[in-house]
Amino acid sequence: MFQRWKDSITPTDIVMWMIGGSMLLMIVWGSVATLVEGKYTGRHWVDFVIFGLAQGSIYALIATGYTMVYGVLRMINFAHGEVFMSGPFTAYYAAAAMYRTDFLDNHPFMALMVIFLVAMSVSTTIAFFLEKVAYRPLRGAPRLIPLITAIGASFFLQYLFRGLYGSGVQAYPVIKVLEGQWMIFGIRILKFQVVVILAAILLMVGLYSFIMLTRVGKAIRAVSEDKEASALMGINVDGMISTTFVIGGMAAGAAGVLYALMFKQVHFFMGFIPGIKAFTAAVLGGIGNIPGAMLGGIFLGLIESVGPSLFLDGLGIPAPYQLKDAIAFTMLVLVLIFRPTGIMGERLAVKKA
Amino acid sequence: MALLEVDNVHAYYGKIQALKDISITVEKGEIVTLIGGNGAGKSTTLKTISGLLRPKEGRILLEGKDITELPAHQIVTTGVVQVPEGRRIFGQLTVTENLDMGGFTCRNKKLIKENIDRVFGLFPRLKERSRQVAGTLSGGEQQMLAMGRAMMTDPKILLLDEPSMGLAPVLVDLIFETIQKLNDAGTTILLVEQNARMALGIANRGYVLQTGVILLADSSENLNKNEMVRKAYMGES
Ligand SMILES: Nc1ncnc2c1ncn2[C@@H]1O[C@H](COP(=O)(O)OP(=O)(O)OP(=O)(O)O)[C@@H](O)[C@H]1O
Ligand SMILES: [Mg+2]
Repeated sequence: MFQRWKDSITPTDIVMWMIGGSMLLMIVWGSVATLVEGKYTGRHWVDFVIFGLAQGSIYALIATGYTMVYGVLRMINFAHGEVFMSGPFTAYYAAAAMYRTDFLDNHPFMALMVIFLVAMSVSTTIAFFLEKVAYRPLRGAPRLIPLITAIGASFFLQYLFRGLYGSGVQAYPVIKVLEGQWMIFGIRILKFQVVVILAAILLMVGLYSFIMLTRVGKAIRAVSEDKEASALMGINVDGMISTTFVIGGMAAGAAGVLYALMFKQVHFFMGFIPGIKAFTAAVLGGIGNIPGAMLGGIFLGLIESVGPSLFLDGLGIPAPYQLKDAIAFTMLVLVLIFRPTGIMGERLAVKKA
Repeated sequence: MALLEVDNVHAYYGKIQALKDISITVEKGEIVTLIGGNGAGKSTTLKTISGLLRPKEGRILLEGKDITELPAHQIVTTGVVQVPEGRRIFGQLTVTENLDMGGFTCRNKKLIKENIDRVFGLFPRLKERSRQVAGTLSGGEQQMLAMGRAMMTDPKILLLDEPSMGLAPVLVDLIFETIQKLNDAGTTILLVEQNARMALGIANRGYVLQTGVILLADSSENLNKNEMVRKAYMGES
């Protein structure tokens, strides 16, 4: 037993474990040093956690799109960040118009509904045609080809929207009812963060129930497992792939609005970093696994928010917050070293076997 | 008019020809078997019928209607359902969810429920495991599920691709009994088997396939007596 284990270890494994081990060691050391120093109070930590949850739930929503598309097509849709961008960028013009006519201030709830509706429709439409035009003709091509196409589509969409709306950063109008803070159990929370977290949770519950409980949701899972067998059940495989892109597009569009509510600005390049982060989240959770992508997103948001202060401050790094992206990708490396299938990736591994 | 007619079909995988001028007819209510060795083209024949592979030449007719050009998922709605080789159940879906997928084309919830009960009646083992994830079923149970799944739409004709493959003798008997039961209840069956003895025991007629060509077509009785068949497919010397 021990012998078998010893034989299966290669020098690469040992090097990887050493890299992983030293990263872990630094994290633990940094955290202990920070906590001993006591520079941050409980209030700070609570703020970090809530911000992290809000940011993470946005990643989680985007990540479901990556993971579901991977499920049905076994490809990474690198243009998904642009699907995310297209919605809120377009909805900005609706929001600005409603702001000018005071509709936004007088009927903030209705206005928000309109913003969501516009953003989700645009993202959904883009996702739908992206699949039809760019990916469907390549069905059955070697895996590298759709991947390169996806990167091309990503650039195409970025510059399309830059051409349409210009390259400037547009400031989203402030929705007054979402400003300010609430006291919940004696904890001070910014209103828009609560709204972002609750809306994201609602959307994720809806999406997961759809996939698990409905006839179409089950068919999407069937197509993820075996396209030929699905066709033999009378399932329209191409239709289900389209549906998957539509659902992913809806989630991305909604995530885009939440992102705009949090950061109050949009521009043509806004999809790039969240897109890569959400992809990371999907891999963290075990690509192909929907609850995994959700957990991965929330985990990544939390780590990014808490991590710089917790892990790096104690190490004496001067501007730890600049390094939050480095932390996100370090997490990816750690997970890939210690658990290559992702946090919840067992099922996928079993499937491949 | 025959229920199913495969009419001078030629089929290719890329440039390799897998079927050469195949013609098969199946009358309503029959059990017809297709026997032949590895790579003879048995699965390919079923795939061209169910629409997974387009024939380059020839036609497939169901009750006289041409279904050659229909996509696979629409062929299912015409009443032709295939149980693929190697079962191909959805391993991550539960037993019930697999059956739901079998009934995907049926929008009537009550009918789906009735069909599920009918499948559970035929295979009580599946009922006990209805909430289990199908990937953890035993091989025999998976075969039962694959057949049950195909019965969910009450097909006119069932195409079975080696349903006895890899099963213990007791289970092979059970599967063949079930095929007989389904046939008695009115389902027409086209059965692909390597187990020629069992297949000819249950079928009315049979076709012998070799390297994409039909060698023989006759009643089961005559094929059973045929010396070449006995030698090549029943292991007699
Ligand atoms: N997807 C494919 N691509 C290329 N060639 C194929 C493919 N599937 C089958 N073939 C070839 O077509 C021929 C017929 O295969 P088929 O699967 O129909 O045989 P079979 O009679 O079902 O055999 P078995 O009893 O082993 O299942 C074989 O030579 C096989 O190699
Ligand atoms: Mg075969």
